[in-house]
Amino acid sequence: MSNAIVVRDLRKSYGGVHALSGVSFEVATGEVFGLLGPNGAGKTTTVEILEGYRRRDSGDISVLGHDPGDSPRALREQTGVVLQQSENTPLLTVREVHRQFAGYFAQPRDIDEVIELVGLTHKRDARVRTLSGGQKRRLDLGTALVGDPELVFLDEPTTGFDPAARRSAWDMIRSLRSLGKTIFLTTHYLDEAQQLADRVAVLRAGEIVALGTPAELIGVTRRTEIRHRLDGELVVLETDEPTRVLHELTTRALAEGRELEQLEVRRPSLEDVYLELVEEPGER
Amino acid sequence: MSVLVHQVMFEQRIFWRSREAAVFIFIFPILLYVLLASVYSDEIDGVPSADLLLAGLFGYGAANTAFAGLAITLVGRREVGILKRLRGTPLPPATYLAAVLLSTLVVFALETVALLLLGALAFGASMPENVLGFAGAVVLGVACFAGMGVGAASLIRSAEGVSAVVNVVVLPMAFLSGSFGGRGEYPAVLQAIADVLPLTYFLEIVDGVYLEGSSLFAEPRALAIVAAWGVAGLAIALRWFGWLPRER
Ligand SMILES: Nc1ncnc2c1ncn2[C@@H]1O[C@H](COP(=O)(O)OP(=O)(O)OP(=O)(O)O)[C@@H](O)[C@H]1O
Ligand SMILES: [Mg+2]
Repeated sequence: MSNAIVVRDLRKSYGGVHALSGVSFEVATGEVFGLLGPNGAGKTTTVEILEGYRRRDSGDISVLGHDPGDSPRALREQTGVVLQQSENTPLLTVREVHRQFAGYFAQPRDIDEVIELVGLTHKRDARVRTLSGGQKRRLDLGTALVGDPELVFLDEPTTGFDPAARRSAWDMIRSLRSLGKTIFLTTHYLDEAQQLADRVAVLRAGEIVALGTPAELIGVTRRTEIRHRLDGELVVLETDEPTRVLHELTTRALAEGRELEQLEVRRPSLEDVYLELVEEPGER
Repeated sequence: MSVLVHQVMFEQRIFWRSREAAVFIFIFPILLYVLLASVYSDEIDGVPSADLLLAGLFGYGAANTAFAGLAITLVGRREVGILKRLRGTPLPPATYLAAVLLSTLVVFALETVALLLLGALAFGASMPENVLGFAGAVVLGVACFAGMGVGAASLIRSAEGVSAVVNVVVLPMAFLSGSFGGRGEYPAVLQAIADVLPLTYFLEIVDGVYLEGSSLFAEPRALAIVAAWGVAGLAIALRWFGWLPRER
């Protein structure tokens, strides 16, 4: 399968600040690709270079076969954009905003269908300025989908969503994926990346420190932890062979006739891996 | 339906739905006309005051609608990210700006009709001597002041400040150019300022087509100065206009 996005050695600095220092990755067509990283890691810089909003200092980029730096209209026709921060005209209604955006595309989707998809049907005739923060964010999502794009950029799309809204946004992203759309999303939420992304890149201070499927990131980076308390003291064993270590531990405890208090076997979550990855060296 | 028409329709909808814009841009010059025409009931500089004020407020209206209105709209939209979001759609930037301009022209044309009707019915003001020339002046005024408005929007950074800044420009300009009841005997400094303002020369052209029935092109020097201001604004815009928020 071909690649929707190819990025080779992308660099960008603002004045003296290196926001991106040599970032490379590919996003396959039909893939959901998640870009994770702490505040200021360079996620928005990356997305907005791919969207054509910002100029890169160097590096090769291809987005659906175009260089976004030339800001080709054909590319904007095929991409949907949710910016980290933007607004819609406060005086228009939800339906009018969708209609406004639909008018810019050659083959838009049915707007009522899109409004339904982002869960704003009950607000379709409400003015934008009366919407809650999360509802405005759904509107952003709606305007990104109205052009029936092949590729969707989502910069922290679910920030401000309540748990139910986040779930339904996830369902929506999955349904886009099942239609064969490519999705590039940034997020701070690890569960979101774990739930949605086929592959995740972790960005730290402008460099990619890990790249792979969520399972790969969890699997490769760390071992299983076996914890229990001995006379009130926490004992943590890290191991590649949990079966053997656990067996030895329990055998000894049985032989000595004592209970392993608060025995716990845990696999590291993506969160553990992530925190380890983005910690500044020396902080540990 | 072409994208241009689509966008003009939305611009119109947004304009008329915004009470602040509709009052400040559309009603305010008409209100000033009613006030001033009620105060000055005689002749000013040998011209019936209702006529002279109508020409003056027409000029002020052009500056207010196209210069102040456009600058406020564009800076406001830019700073909250509306322009940035639109830039990410296939809507061509030139089409967008053309739509905003056309919408401004529609507003000012309607305002002109309202001024003329009100003037004629309530104050016995004359209808334009050269109707076609007067219609041309509507377009000329919007073009010149819109050029300046887009230029100003490129230089002004703050959405909070824009409305104050443009009014500090427009109101004294209108006063010095004689929009509010002819030009008085100004001190030399003010006189010198008035002599370079675009509105001064725009009003010269308006007086010609409206009161004397002369051609729109009767005063080449005035026309050139008005055009130069518009082109200067446009040149600034071409160099500095941006779609992304400046303040964040
Ligand atoms: N326009 C700009 N001018 C100067 N510096 C900038 C600009 N935009 C970003 N930066 C800097 O570049 C770095 C990366 O910023 P970026 O917005 O890409 O981070 P991010 O990963 O999206 O962060 P967040 O999670 O907070 O959205 C930061 O250090 C930021 O201060
Ligand atoms: Mg960001």
